[in-house]
Amino acid sequence: MAHQKKNRNVGIIGIGQTKHSSHREDVNQPELIHEAVSLALKDADLTMKEINCVVHGNMELFEMVHSPDLWHVLGTGAYGKDSIRITTGGTVGATLSCASDNLVASGMYDIVMAIGFEKLQEGHTTGGITNMADPLWFRKIQAGALTGSSAYDVEREFGLERANRASLTYRIIMDKHAGLNPNAHRAFGLDFNQIDDLIRTSPKLVGELKLIEMCSQSDGACCVIFACEKKAKELAKTPVWIRDHITAHKEETFNIFGYNRAFPVMKTHKFAAKQLFERNGIKDPLNYFDVFEMYDPASWWAIDWIRDFFALKGDEHLKLVENKEIMIGGKMPINPSGGVIGSNPIGATALIRVAEAALQVRGNAGPHQIPTPVNHALASGFGGTMWTVMTMLEKDLNW
Amino acid sequence: MSDPFKGIEPMVYQSKINVPYSWWAGDTASKFYITLRDEKIILGTKCETCNKVFLPPRKVCPSCFTENREWVTLADEGTVLSFTVARRRFAAIPNNKKVPVIWGLIKLDGADTAMLHYLDEIKPENVTIGMRVKAVFSEVRQGTIRDISHFKPVQ
Ligand SMILES: [Zn+2]
Repeated sequence: MAHQKKNRNVGIIGIGQTKHSSHREDVNQPELIHEAVSLALKDADLTMKEINCVVHGNMELFEMVHSPDLWHVLGTGAYGKDSIRITTGGTVGATLSCASDNLVASGMYDIVMAIGFEKLQEGHTTGGITNMADPLWFRKIQAGALTGSSAYDVEREFGLERANRASLTYRIIMDKHAGLNPNAHRAFGLDFNQIDDLIRTSPKLVGELKLIEMCSQSDGACCVIFACEKKAKELAKTPVWIRDHITAHKEETFNIFGYNRAFPVMKTHKFAAKQLFERNGIKDPLNYFDVFEMYDPASWWAIDWIRDFFALKGDEHLKLVENKEIMIGGKMPINPSGGVIGSNPIGATALIRVAEAALQVRGNAGPHQIPTPVNHALASGFGGTMWTVMTMLEKDLNW
Repeated sequence: MSDPFKGIEPMVYQSKINVPYSWWAGDTASKFYITLRDEKIILGTKCETCNKVFLPPRKVCPSCFTENREWVTLADEGTVLSFTVARRRFAAIPNNKKVPVIWGLIKLDGADTAMLHYLDEIKPENVTIGMRVKAVFSEVRQGTIRDISHFKPVQ
């Protein structure tokens, strides 16, 4: 894999996000974005004057606005500045972070602002997502994130009872985390003694995938400011360093290149994690990282993906969930923010993973801050045609 | 070499995606439209830092990036900054308007930015940049930009 050392180091020096919610009638799109941008500028103690380039991203077609970066300029502050629009589906937020990192690392800009946004209540997600499939062959069956196959796989491997309980345990942990995060969209106040009730009563969407296990549709925006090492050290008390990032994805339409056993359809997470950890010399990622902000569209995918990301064997991944080792205070806290199940303004969602991971490294995430020191954080993005983006964050420039 | 596609008629796959959307105006634009509908008053927002008045009203000043907290009542008269004439019907022309249709960029007295609207009660050849025009409000108002029917020349 052609991958070279960075030209210069890049740090996160400003973070802002809106309260995520199902309804933001009080603001239009640029006004919503302005809230996140203002908070990030305030966090970094900067004004738009110091920002050299704005990288804007959301899901294509979701709000049915052409060139949204131009319309949104009233909120992004990009008027008269270099600006780039990126859209890579569900991963767009993570790709914003990768692009900003590359733009700064290259030496092209010293300070870059990434903005991810979505107002899902204004649009029609399935109408937008269905366009990603080949219109002649697969479009009619393209249902976006509503996939029951992970549930089926886990159920087949570990039995329905254990699989269902693990999925609901994960779901309730996310709800408890979301309850601590003031920006989270959904926090119902669920408890573990409700697992059996929820298995019985939550409406089934596809197979064993239940409504309660699915992510939300949210309105929200996130803004992250990236700076070169020199500027980051000058401007920020605790810059969070971006060590590396990786992107992997499958073809648009399943198996046009034929089925390859080495890379089965859903395993881009496994592939990306393996490459990323190998090239950074990380042999035991479960021990190395202090927190993982994972893009978890549904609890079934989440419990299955933990195994892929950390290269776990047998039922180790289920045990992590069952023993609540993924809770704040556990061995590998996953999504102290409440994750995507808690809030999902899609174009912002994967950038929120990076932002929340960075907040944990800084140590000022708020009520959902992990109590022990966070030196190494991992963030993932997921979307579209099996896209994976992973980002590694570090407290110290010592790798 | 024989043409393997000879005699094959290319097919066209007909399909349709039904995509409903709604866009929320937000508090700022909503206040503008409600005031226009109920009181026939045109409001702008003002940036206290740049001393600029925006029409359409903007929540945030695009120059200094701070929130516009002040509302300003604008005159219903202003100046034509620019105009264009549509002489053929197309989809953007409402059914109750007949070609030729004149669009103008009109800067109302008290505003620093111009709004797009119709010029009417005047022939295209008589419109000039810099001419003074006055808003004519619609009889039936529904909280849209067409609550102003059009702008007419000031006599
Ligand atoms: Zn201003």
